Amino acid sequence: MNSEYATSIPREEAQEPAVRRSWRTLAIQLLGPLTIVGGIVWAVAQPYRIVLLDRAGQGIYDYLFQAPLLVVLVGIAFTFCIAPGLVEDLEAEELRDTEG
Amino acid sequence: MIPKAETAHWIAASVALLIGLLLIAEAIVGPEIFRRRTWRAYLFPSVVVASSVGLWIIVVFSTFSTMHLLAHALWAQAALVAGAVQLAVVRGKLKSPSWSLVPGFALLVSGLAFLVHEQNPWLYSRSAFLHHAIGWMLVVVALFPLGQALRPRQVVWRAGFALTFVLLAILLFADRDAAPIFGRYGLGGGP
Repeated sequence: MNSEYATSIPREEAQEPAVRRSWRTLAIQLLGPLTIVGGIVWAVAQPYRIVLLDRAGQGIYDYLFQAPLLVVLVGIAFTFCIAPGLVEDLEAEELRDTEG
Repeated sequence: MIPKAETAHWIAASVALLIGLLLIAEAIVGPEIFRRRTWRAYLFPSVVVASSVGLWIIVVFSTFSTMHLLAHALWAQAALVAGAVQLAVVRGKLKSPSWSLVPGFALLVSGLAFLVHEQNPWLYSRSAFLHHAIGWMLVVVALFPLGQALRPRQVVWRAGFALTFVLLAILLFADRDAAPIFGRYGLGGGP
């Protein structure tokens, strides 16, 4: 049999039911990314705040602490260090409420 | 090698922003879920106590003005007391919602310190403007912990308290050592 015409029958895989996230989960997941976006928007709006783009007469602290990048850093810290565990606990609680 | 004042203020703003995000998250999920992991429960009070240590370091170095020295010492003390009380609340040593009055009092005293130690009018400079704005903001938002003490179950007080720190972060990030009050949009003023 020519395999160009007769292909294997696609196996129907059991699909996981779509998980509907609660607004609370979504809000926690959005907090960090929104902060990051805020920092990026600020950096675009005021590029002179980014020392890497305007190096004249800058000291070590100006390189280490650039305000829009600090905002991005806080957003990243929240997104990767705080939000995942919090979402996990929240979903476990909501699942317990649904089952109970 | 001491950093410029604006750099110290941006670091403080970052800490305030982090505290704001933590408190917003706690307001969204509720204290029971937020404090389920021990490290997370202790995070907010620890950051507040650490920020008070940072403020004490600034007190040590801000010898250029007695007023600024006293103001920073007062903020450091307020943060230390509020952080310590919050640590005891998380630990379970203090149970009454009335202990929310301590952070409220800390915010009120901090706000008054901002207003008292700024001797110039609102539009004298960006620094003066921010001192007045932050001072009055802190005086007004001291009502949120008061509300928490009286009606601890209402989310609005927790949310308001959380947003206070985000607003504080925005105002501190706006600080520049030398800049017109509203940037390129006018109102020149001094540095």
